[in-house]
Amino acid sequence: MLQLKQITFSAPQENGGERQILSHVDFTAEQGKFIVITGPNGSGKSTLARIIVGIQQPDEGQIFFQGEDITNLSISERAKRGIAFAFQQPVRFKGLTVSDLLGLAAGKELLTRKQMCTYLQQVGLCAADYIDRDVNASLSGGEIKRIEIAMAMARKAPLTIFDEPEAGIDLWSFNHLIDVFRRLRDVTKGTVIIISHQERILDIADEIVVLSGGQISARGKKEEILPTLLESHGMTNRGPGCLVDRTACPREGSEGA
Amino acid sequence: MKSKTEELLHLISDWNGIPKTGAYNIREDSGCAGRRSSENVSIESKTDLPGIDIRVKPYTKGEKIYIPACVTHSDVDDLVYNDFYIGEGCDVTIVAGCGVHSDGHEDAKHNGIHRFFLEKDARVVYLEKHIGTGNGDGQRIINPVTHAQLAENSYMLMDTTQIKGVDSTLRKTSAVLEAGATLVVKEKLMTDGHQVAKTDFDVTLKGENSGVELQSRSVAKGHSYQSFRSIINGEAPCTGHSACDAIIMDEGKVSATPELTAAHVDAALIHEAAIGKIAGEQLTKLMTLGLSEQEAEEKIIAGFLR
Repeated sequence: MLQLKQITFSAPQENGGERQILSHVDFTAEQGKFIVITGPNGSGKSTLARIIVGIQQPDEGQIFFQGEDITNLSISERAKRGIAFAFQQPVRFKGLTVSDLLGLAAGKELLTRKQMCTYLQQVGLCAADYIDRDVNASLSGGEIKRIEIAMAMARKAPLTIFDEPEAGIDLWSFNHLIDVFRRLRDVTKGTVIIISHQERILDIADEIVVLSGGQISARGKKEEILPTLLESHGMTNRGPGCLVDRTACPREGSEGA
Repeated sequence: MKSKTEELLHLISDWNGIPKTGAYNIREDSGCAGRRSSENVSIESKTDLPGIDIRVKPYTKGEKIYIPACVTHSDVDDLVYNDFYIGEGCDVTIVAGCGVHSDGHEDAKHNGIHRFFLEKDARVVYLEKHIGTGNGDGQRIINPVTHAQLAENSYMLMDTTQIKGVDSTLRKTSAVLEAGATLVVKEKLMTDGHQVAKTDFDVTLKGENSGVELQSRSVAKGHSYQSFRSIINGEAPCTGHSACDAIIMDEGKVSATPELTAAHVDAALIHEAAIGKIAGEQLTKLMTLGLSEQEAEEKIIAGFLR
C-alpha cells in the first residue's frame, strides 16, 4: 500500500555544504502491517516519515500510496488520501482546543462528547478534563503527546505514522502508550508505521526496519531482527527498554533528524 | 428602527429583536431608535450632553442591559456620553458595541465615551463588539473611551472585539481600583488593508489586593497597523498583568509598549508581549489533518481570536 523507491534526501548545513540524510532508500509497507522503523540518532528515521507525509520533499525518488504516485502531492492532498501523522513534538496552539483538533482530525466540525470520550479514553485521558482545554503550553509533555496520538487515531486513516511516540514523555505516560499501541495493534485495519527506539514498541511489530546512515541496513520479522539488533549495528541496551540510544528514552531527549 | 440598524445589531451582539424583558437603549445615527427602562434599571437622557445615564439598583442580579450604537450611513459624526451607575452587590451584563456602515464618500464616525461607577461588591460583565460594513470610500471610525471606577471588592470583565471593517480606531480605557477590586480586560482585534487600531490602557491599582488582567490578542494583516500601550500603576499590595499577543501577516505592523510603575514593595506587576507570524509548524500540523494552507491559516486565526 506504500512504496518508496530510491528516496534520497540531503539537508543544507550551516557551513554552506549539504549532508546526505537518506540515500536511495527502497521501502514497502504492506496493507494492515504494523511496522517499526528504528535506528541510531541521525539515521534519517524522522526524515523518512516526514517525506512520506509530504513535509519534506525528496531530492530523488518516488512515493506510491495505494498505487498512486504521490511524490508531488502536498501535505493536505496526502492527508486527504489517507495518510495520518503524529508528530514527534506535538504542535501547540493558542486558542484551538482539544475538541477543535479532534474534530478536524475526525473530519467533523462538531464531535459529540461521547465520540470525544472514545478517542481520549483510548489514550487514557478523561475527556471531561480535556475537551475544552486549549492545546497550549498548559498541557504537560505526556498529555499533549497522548492528545496527538488520539488525533492520529481519530483520523481512522489507511496509513498512520507515529514519529517517536516515546520522545519527551515520562515513563508513566509511556507505559500507558504501550497499552495504547497494543490495542491499536489488535484493532486497527490500516497500516501503522512507528518510528521508535523502544524495545517494548519493537516487540509488538510485525516487521522491524533498521535504518542506519541513511540506508536500510536490516529488515524482517521481529523474531529475526530483534536478537541481532544489538550486535550487528553496534547498539547497546543502556536504558529501560531503550534499545538504540539512551538519549531517545522517555524524558531524556529526542531525535532531530 | 432602520433595517440597517437591525442588521448591524445582529453583527455586534446576540440581538434577536426587542428583548421581552430588561432595559435597553438603541442609539441610531445620533438619535434614539428605542428605549426601555426596567424595574431595576433606569435609562434617562442626559440634560447637558448627548447620551444617557444608566442606573442599576443595588443587588440587581442576572439582568442583561443592551446599550448598542449604530451609524447607518456616511457623513455622521456621532458623539455620545453614557454613564453607568452600578449599585452595590449587583451582578449584571451590559451588551454595548457599535456598528458603523458607510457606502458613501464621507466618514461614518462614532465616539462613545462610557464611564462606569461600580459600587462595592458589584459585578459587571461588559460585552463590546465593533464592526464596520459597507463599500464606501469614507472611513469607518470608532473611538471608544471607557473609564471605570471600581469600589471595594467589585469586579468588571470587559470583553471587547473588533475584527472587521473598522478603518480607524483609538481605544482608551482607564480605571481606578479600590481595595479588593478586580478588572479583567479581554481584547480581540483584527485589522486589514490600511486600517489603524490603537489601544491605550491606563489602570491604577489604588487599593490593597486589587488586581488587573489585560489580555490583548490581535492579528494585523495587509498594511494595517496596531499599537498596544498599557500603563499599570501599583500603589498598594496588588497584582497587575498585561499580555499582548499578536500575529502579523503580509505587511502588517504591531507595536507593544508597556509601562509599569510600582509604588509599593508588594505591587506585583508583569507585562508580556509576543508578536510574530503564524508558526509554520502550526500550519503543517493542520495540513496533515487535511486542511489546505489557507484553511489552516483561517482556523488558527479564528481560534486565536475566539
